[in-house]
Parts: sequence; C-alpha cells; structure tokens
Amino acid sequence: MTEDVQTEIQEELAAADAVRPEKFEYPIRIRGLVNQFGDTVIHDHLDLDVRSGEILGVVGGSGTGKSVLMRSIIGLQTPTAGEIEVYGKTLDTITDPEESRDLRRRWGVMFQGGALFSTLSVAENIQVPLREYYPRLDQRLLDEIAAYKVAMVGLPPDAGPKYPAELSGGMVKRAGLARALALDPALLFLDEPTAGLDPIGAAKFDELIRGLADTMGLTVFLITHDLDTLYATCDRVAVLAEKKVIAVGTIPELLATEHPWIQDYFNGPRGRAAANCKQATARQDGKN
Amino acid sequence: MVARADFEHSDGAHGADVRFTGRLTLARLGDLPARLEELGPIASLDLSAIERIDTVGAWIVTRTVGEHGAKVTGASAEAKRLLDALADDKSAYRVHRDRRPMMIRMFEQVGTASIAIWHELLGIVGFFGAMILALGTQLRARRRLRWHAIVTRFQSVGVDALPIIGLMTFLIGIVIAQQGAVQLRQFGLEVFTINLVGRASIRELGLLMTAIMVAGRSGSAFAAQIGTMKLTEEIDAMRTIGVSPMEAIVLPRVAAATILMPLLGFYASICSIIGGGVFCWIGLDIPPLTYIQMLRDIIPMTDFWAMLIKAPVFGILIGVTGCYEGMQVRQNAEEVGQRTTSAVVAAIFLVIVLDAFFAVFFSSIGWN
Repeated sequence: MTEDVQTEIQEELAAADAVRPEKFEYPIRIRGLVNQFGDTVIHDHLDLDVRSGEILGVVGGSGTGKSVLMRSIIGLQTPTAGEIEVYGKTLDTITDPEESRDLRRRWGVMFQGGALFSTLSVAENIQVPLREYYPRLDQRLLDEIAAYKVAMVGLPPDAGPKYPAELSGGMVKRAGLARALALDPALLFLDEPTAGLDPIGAAKFDELIRGLADTMGLTVFLITHDLDTLYATCDRVAVLAEKKVIAVGTIPELLATEHPWIQDYFNGPRGRAAANCKQATARQDGKN
Repeated sequence: MVARADFEHSDGAHGADVRFTGRLTLARLGDLPARLEELGPIASLDLSAIERIDTVGAWIVTRTVGEHGAKVTGASAEAKRLLDALADDKSAYRVHRDRRPMMIRMFEQVGTASIAIWHELLGIVGFFGAMILALGTQLRARRRLRWHAIVTRFQSVGVDALPIIGLMTFLIGIVIAQQGAVQLRQFGLEVFTINLVGRASIRELGLLMTAIMVAGRSGSAFAAQIGTMKLTEEIDAMRTIGVSPMEAIVLPRVAAATILMPLLGFYASICSIIGGGVFCWIGLDIPPLTYIQMLRDIIPMTDFWAMLIKAPVFGILIGVTGCYEGMQVRQNAEEVGQRTTSAVVAAIFLVIVLDAFFAVFFSSIGWN
C-alpha cells in the first residue's frame, strides 16, 4: 500500500468526521427565515425543526414557498435574513468550499423533474456523486453500487445503461431517487416525489420512500401536494401558510387545530377520501 | 476521530474468520475492500463489533458472502434489515451497454449515419411535396394566403437581418478587393480588381453569404420555434381545432424566406460592392465615379438574373429545411437543440451544393 493512498484515506476519514449526523437530534433547524423577491415576501420569520429519523411532509398552497424553503436549506437560494442550520452548520456563512462539501455529502436531493444529467446513463448518474467524493473507489465496486441502487429503487434490471430520454416519467423519478441515495446520505430532500405519477405508481413510490427511510434510518424532508403521500409516508406534517409554518404535527394533531386552511385542506373532498382510504387499509391490516 | 471500517482475522480450517470493527460505512470504508480481497478464502464474517453499517457496508458483506460462501454472524437488527434488502440476486442488473468490437461499431456508425442522411433527404423532399399540396388546397379552397403571418416574419427574417448582413458583406467586399489587388498588382492589372469584386459579389458571394446568414438566423429560429410548439402540443391543438399547421405555421415562414431572399441577396451584393469600392478608392486611388462606370460595363445583366433566379430557390430551401426539422421534434427539449443544429447544417450544405449546380447550369446556357 503506497503512502499516497494512505494519505487519501486519512483525508477521507477526516472529511467523514467533519459532519456527524448521528450527533444531532434536529438535523435541520430554521430560525427567523425571511425570503423576499423584490417586494414579494415569501417567508416572514419562519421557524422549523426537523427531527432526526422522521419523514417530515411539507404542505402548503401553490406559491407558499415550499420549494423556496427547500432551496434555502440546501443552499441554492441565499435567504434575505434568518438562520438555517443543517447538522450544526450554516451554509451561507461557510466560506471554505471543503466545508460545504462535507455537508453536501451528507444529504441527497431529488428534484421534481428528476434532474438527471441527460448525457449520462442512469448508472453513470448514480456514480457521479460517488466519483466526486470517493475517487478511489474501483470501477467494479462503483458498478456494483450502481446496480444495487437501481434494484433498491425498484427500477427494472435493464434500466442501468439507459439514458434519461429513454425512461418513462416514473422511472426518471426512481432514477433521481437512486442518485440522491448514492452516497448513503443521512438526510434526504424530496421535491414533489409523486407529482405526475399515476395513482398506482404514486402509491408504489410512497411505499418505496417509507421502506427506504426505515431500512436506512433516513431523515426525510418531503415536499408534496399529494394527500395520499402524507397519510402513507409522513411521521409529521408541517403546514406552510401566511408566510410561516403555521403548524407542525402528526395528521391527527393537525386535524385538531382550528386553522381554516388546515381544515379545508384535510377535510376537503380529497382530504376525506385519502383519510377514508387510510382507515380502510388500517382495518384490513388489522384483520390480516 | 471515529473508528474507520476495519477488520481482524484469524485463519481457520475453511478460510479466514473475519471480524469487522468500527463503522462499516461508505465515508469510512478506506481501503477495506482491497484488503479484504487479499485475504483469500473467507469462512465467516462477524458483525457483532461494528458501530454502524450502511448500504455500501452491507453490500461488501453481501458480496463476500456470495463469493466465498461465508457465514454472517452477530448482525444487529439494523444490519439484518440492510442485508435482507440487498439479499436478492443482482446479477441481472446491468450497468453498461453491450459493446461490440471497435471495427464492427465503426461500420455500424457509418451505416447508421448514411441511412439517417438518406432518410433526412427523403423527409425534406416529402415535406416539400406536402407543403406544395397544402398550398394547392389552400388556393383551390379559395382561402386567402395568410399575408398577415407572412408580413410579421418580414421583420424577423428581413429587417432585423439587415445590419449584420450589410456589415458582413461590406467587409467581405473589402477583403476580396484587397486580396485580389495584391495578386493582380504582380501583372500590373490592379484595375481588374473591379471586375473581381463586381462579378463575384453579384453572381455568387452576396447571395451565398446571405443564404448562410439567413440559414443561421432564421432557419434555426424556425426549427426551434416549431420544435418548441411541438413539445408544448401547440401543433396538436391547432390540428384538433381544424387549422392546418402547414397553412398556419409552415407556409408563411417559407413564403417569407422566399420573398425576402432576393431582396436581401441584392442588398448584400450592393454592400459588398460598396466595400470593394471603398478599398479601391482608398487603396488603389480609383475614384467612386470611375468605379461605378466601370461596373456598368463589366457586370452583364445575366449575372443579375442568375442571382434573382437562385435567391428564391435558396429561400425555399432554408425555410423548408428549418420547418421540416422543427416538425421532427418528438419527445424532449434536447431534441429541439439537435434539430435546430441539423436544420442549419443541412440548409447551408444544400444551398452550397445547389449553388454549384446552378453555376454549371448557367455557364452551359452561355451566361458567362
């Protein structure tokens, strides 16, 4: 074993020690977040805590800034004011690029449209983060990792060598999830994972997310419009309205609040349908 | 510092007994896979001393089990869950495309490309035919041509192109005059620079440069616009309403290009002649008035007619190629880019090929 390799390994280990997800009870802490575009205020002193190991669903009407919130957390959007801590680090105060890399390798992000790199095959897409952060991994292990990630997200065996243009919408989302999971992150961001999927595909995707989160012990920040997804996957739900998080809690807790938007949302025709469906499944599970 | 992934081993009868320690995770993997491989046969894997495990660690374990038939002991509930998730056979999952030998792939690519070019040509000819048919139906049904749609294209195809075409051909006129003068000076025939500039500009260069510029500006714009309209299903919406996209989208664009090419080509020729004239005046001391008088004697009317005959043909070619490529967009945004590129490349290529045919044709009918 050459010395170079040993030094590289030492650097890798030091980087791994820089951010220690297991030490944090709240992976994400947001205090007094303000986001403003021109005169339009999107978030006005928004507070939110995400607990370790939970799937937190974020809901809100169109234009309430769900995606902006996610982009602020992952550093794609610099907030006007306020503080966002992810694993104890504040992205906009980090000046050392290495430090932000340490943080970035602890999370995976799945964008709404999949955001796969169109010139790379699915397997190569999955290998991009691995190659970036672990350049020493040999090709065989990289290929094996890509293969089992493809299997884990429920893509068919021949999906690996395919290019994004050859995939259906549901497959693009699964491939996007596989890439988000490439580094075995502790924290996963999902932007509308089931939008644009048919109900069967969406239900399978919900199951997949729940299963992966349980298996890998993930903390998931999940933006959704889909009530079924909320009922099927989320431990807690944060409601975005009036430029703030107006309530966070389990669905029964939210139902107990008086806020008109929450009532409309969960007790509207679609909300009740999703709730009934959930109860029916629960009864069936009980019988079996 | 947290313990990296590591292992201790003792040699047993059927192979090494391996006991993992520390964190069996991607971030702390280090050179563990390589060292594990050096070990030779492995009889058992003990996971009781590990602090954590992730899917990569679990994969290393699964892989070793698969290769050596090793037994796993001491797995925690967390580790078991991960191992179970990875347990089923992954050999069917492919990562790379099947790659054939280099020679075969080369022939294959040449073959595919040739067939693609052939289909492209057929497609353009077919599209041109469909367009003529659409024009026929439109005229037979006594529907008026969409003049409004045509005239709005005049702005983008013609008027907006004037500065760039003018500047470009003006400079080309200067360059031709200057290079020609250098060569002709050797024979003391500098005055023939006027012949060179005048005839080349009117007969070939003015129009050719215009065609290249229009293909780049407008042919590409047609392809991109129509391609995007295909993607957003605007074209389909049009069809369901009963509007023929050929009539509403393609014909006005091709008509605009066809009508404007002679005008732009003539304008370009004049700019080129002015450029040459400026050089002659400054560099060769030929006064503008003499220059113009000489031009009248030198340039035969047939040069001018040749240009006017070629120009609309080039216009049709550019318009049809652009619209055809745009209509070929089927699925994604990337294709719009590809189709736009091939619209420009095909248009310029076809214009130059056709120009060569015209040159042969005109000289054989005696228009020298």
